[in-house]
Amino acid sequence: MDTHSPQAATASPSPILECRNLSVSYETRAGLVPAVVDFNLKLMPGEAHGLVGESGCGKSTIALAIMRYLGRNGRITGGQVLFEGRDLLTLSPTELRRVRGADIAMIYQEPMASLNPTLRIGRQLAEVLTVHQGLDRASALDRAAAMLERVRLADAGRILAAYPHQLSGGQQQRIVIAMALLANPKVLLLDEPTTALDVTVEAGIVDLIRDISTEFGTAMLYVSHNLGLILETCQRLTVMYSGEAVETGPVDEVFRRVRHPYTRGLFASIPVPSADKASRPLVTIPGQLPSPTNRPHGCYFGPRCAFFEPGRCDEAAVPMAQVSRTHASRCRRIAEIDWDTPAAGAVTREETKIGRTVLQVEGLSKRYHAVRANEDLTFEAREAETLAIVGESGCGKSTFARILMGLDQATSGSISLMGEELARLPVTKRDRVTIRSLQMVFQNPFDTLNPSQTVGFQIARVLRRFGARMSEAQIRERVLELLDTVKLPRDFAGRRPRQLSGGQKQRIGIARAFAGDPAVVVADEPVSALDVSVQAAVTELLMDIQRRNGTTLLFISHDLSVVRYLSDRVVVMYLGRIMEQGRTGDIFAPPYHPYTEALLAAVPIADPTIRKRKVVISGEMPSPSNPPAGCPFSTRCPYAIEDLCERTVPPAQLFGEGHAIACHLPRETLLAMEPIILAADSLNEANNHHA
Amino acid sequence: MARLIAKRLGQMLLIMGVTSLLLFAIFDTDQFRRQIAVSELGGFGVATLNAADYEGWLEKKGLNEPFLSRYVTWVGDVMQGDLGRSIEKNMAVSTLLADRLQRTAILASCFFVLMVPISLTLGVLAGMREGGRLDRVISIVAVVTTSIPQIATAVLLTVFLSLGLGWVPAKSAMVGGFSFRELVLPLLTLLIYDIGYVVRMTRASMAEVMSANYIRTAVLKGLAGSHVIVGHALRNALIVPFTLIFLQLNWLLSHVVVVEVFFQYSGFGRMLYEAAMFGDIAVLQAATLVAVAVAALSQLLSDIAYILLNPRVGAAG
Ligand code: SF4
Ligand code: SF4
Repeated sequence: MDTHSPQAATASPSPILECRNLSVSYETRAGLVPAVVDFNLKLMPGEAHGLVGESGCGKSTIALAIMRYLGRNGRITGGQVLFEGRDLLTLSPTELRRVRGADIAMIYQEPMASLNPTLRIGRQLAEVLTVHQGLDRASALDRAAAMLERVRLADAGRILAAYPHQLSGGQQQRIVIAMALLANPKVLLLDEPTTALDVTVEAGIVDLIRDISTEFGTAMLYVSHNLGLILETCQRLTVMYSGEAVETGPVDEVFRRVRHPYTRGLFASIPVPSADKASRPLVTIPGQLPSPTNRPHGCYFGPRCAFFEPGRCDEAAVPMAQVSRTHASRCRRIAEIDWDTPAAGAVTREETKIGRTVLQVEGLSKRYHAVRANEDLTFEAREAETLAIVGESGCGKSTFARILMGLDQATSGSISLMGEELARLPVTKRDRVTIRSLQMVFQNPFDTLNPSQTVGFQIARVLRRFGARMSEAQIRERVLELLDTVKLPRDFAGRRPRQLSGGQKQRIGIARAFAGDPAVVVADEPVSALDVSVQAAVTELLMDIQRRNGTTLLFISHDLSVVRYLSDRVVVMYLGRIMEQGRTGDIFAPPYHPYTEALLAAVPIADPTIRKRKVVISGEMPSPSNPPAGCPFSTRCPYAIEDLCERTVPPAQLFGEGHAIACHLPRETLLAMEPIILAADSLNEANNHHA
Repeated sequence: MARLIAKRLGQMLLIMGVTSLLLFAIFDTDQFRRQIAVSELGGFGVATLNAADYEGWLEKKGLNEPFLSRYVTWVGDVMQGDLGRSIEKNMAVSTLLADRLQRTAILASCFFVLMVPISLTLGVLAGMREGGRLDRVISIVAVVTTSIPQIATAVLLTVFLSLGLGWVPAKSAMVGGFSFRELVLPLLTLLIYDIGYVVRMTRASMAEVMSANYIRTAVLKGLAGSHVIVGHALRNALIVPFTLIFLQLNWLLSHVVVVEVFFQYSGFGRMLYEAAMFGDIAVLQAATLVAVAVAALSQLLSDIAYILLNPRVGAAG
């Protein structure tokens, strides 16, 4: 199947950008540490090539090496970077300057940090043209204004006169994109361009990037840790692992005929919002990424690979092998592995029985002066149930967690935990039993562990604080049991936090939360700071323990895929209010709340066979200090009813079994909505295709 | 902005009130009164005084009134611009103060005219390429000059430049009228330390800016190195040093005491020192007011500079 874009197929057959055996190292105190080893890439004109991998795999280093911008301690230790046949690595500084920004432009991860805080936007944009095309200031500004329209920023005059801090994150990223496009470059390097943005804003930017590549015919190297994003934006991809490309080829072919165990593991460990745990259980990749100073012999993926064969995989470095003309993989056992059997290790889980109501939230509101952080929240969570609270940043989900944990007090309303009122009871006034029955797993396990004490000591302290009458020997025994529960070796009790990886720390965080056998555990984005291949394992662990103990799990997340995967019920929040709530199946199927619909459409899916209905929403979440008087979503909603939505708070319409949608749309309109995700004929087709 | 100014001025008045009251209280002892008498009438004169005569002398000087009423009178006088008389020098404090402040102002102006351009230039040069050879040289020199105490610098400079090479006079009393040559040693002593300090701050600020992402953006836009530095780095890098420079005004006022006394330069610092030694309360009070005013003013200027240079703050305030 040919997935090249038409230009790529018909245009000149020579690549516009090519990396040949590119190697990059960083000088550290421990000596020269290789960050990228023997990297090869051919980028055709007009083609979008994705570079995907986890943190430290070297993907960003490649983008910066192409630009020859590696900081003081980065060294290109070998290879070539050819741009239209010229080796960029041998250019003089003046020649290099002519290429940078004019022929090859870059778009960065943090738009705010990438713009100069003390210069007006107009000046920063115009500069590109005054330098590269010798325009005068006035005509450069005109061109900049025109470009702002093409990146869909209205009100160009105001924006040109603004300073970066006066713009929102999404606007800033559009500015950075406009800046990159101004000199009409032939190649765009995008380094995680949407990672810092909310999903619905991200979706707008991704849309823009896709349009740009068709409209301008710019070739793109798209660097991301998000496999779904790469599948949705690129024609070809290269998967990186620990400094090496492990698999490369056309997106569809790599997806349908995965030929590297790591790529396969990656696909299997990412939940997709089209599937729940029954139809597509997650398969975890065991172990963790090797540190760059301590890579294994032979295949770098060896220690985590199910197909590892001693004597072959751990001997010499593994070379890239062609799978087809366009598809290659760095594995010695391509021919022997049975690629069609789904990866082993998938666990099917029995449905748990949901019990009585444990947590009841009623009309809860929280205001900080003018800011309405929470408005009239009402929902409940039951025993052994996983309730997901979903929303983008600023939706009020973290404020709710703080109130629940007693770190803040509600302005009005109530939270009752098994009959006890907590909405205005600070944690310092809560008794031991309450504290013990309500525990939290944080996003950043790094911040919550005391670096100077051993892990075992910290878990033991939690046990002692809960006041269960236990002898020291019993406590020690219980600590070891908890380590078993979170699947860490028992000798970890003697380690200090800095000796642990991110995933291991989060396991300790989970062990601590569950130490006192709590009734309710609040998990605030528990895996979003972790690497993709580790996320699945930690997610599975959390679910396992929760099911086994019958704990109520409040899972706070912005990631709809994970939510679909593990929750029983979902509460969708926007700007402090609940937009929709119901059983997970009901939330992910029509009728949708318009915001849920947009959110679902925005999630990139790591499965190219899945088709999504496109939903366009514009703008960004209004400031919580100045929310619309009526429906919070009315400033962006494509269905908004004039004179009604922005004035009157919508009522909750019921659709059976606790499924409530807060919207003014007529019932029939809501019921007539089409599904967003046109579920895949995928797996079968993929297999047939191969056979 | 107006609120900020009002706040700083309010703080200034409050501190003036508290410090002057404290000074009054400290000097309100019998022992101290006797000391004044001794310094005015001579030790022998006081010794021959009987109790009644001493009381009379106190009354004549207005020193036997209750503490609070004396303080209130003083505050009232100050409000009307009367700073009192110097017991030691037997002249109006305002005249003395004006003369001495003027001298110190000359010293301070020369100091700033040299310090600002030199330290900013060196700091920017060092911070431009962190870890480069130029950076290492400048940084080491700056560390050395800031680690030598001023009094040692003063002694060393006197020994080398004056006693050894004979280029400049060792003392700056300026008995034969104003002389720039006599200004050289006090000036150098102040500069050597403070340039080192401001250079280090500027370098740190510049180095931080140079590693910022927006500098990467500028470089990868294809701008020339000089354009990146001048057009993108400097304004950001100079925000901190600039605000710091205004604070040096305050620093200078305290360090001028050591230098002026050492080189016998008749400025504000020396006046302050002598008044403290003698117990010349009116002079001390006036000097304190000036010092507090300078501190408040330099803080205010520094705040304003920060607001003007930093659009992020300007927009909010
Ligand atoms: S070379 Fe061996 S260890 Fe590496 S991926 Fe292939 S089978 Fe696994
Ligand atoms: S109430 Fe109106 S604005 Fe809000 S989601 Fe429904 S249609 Fe859109």
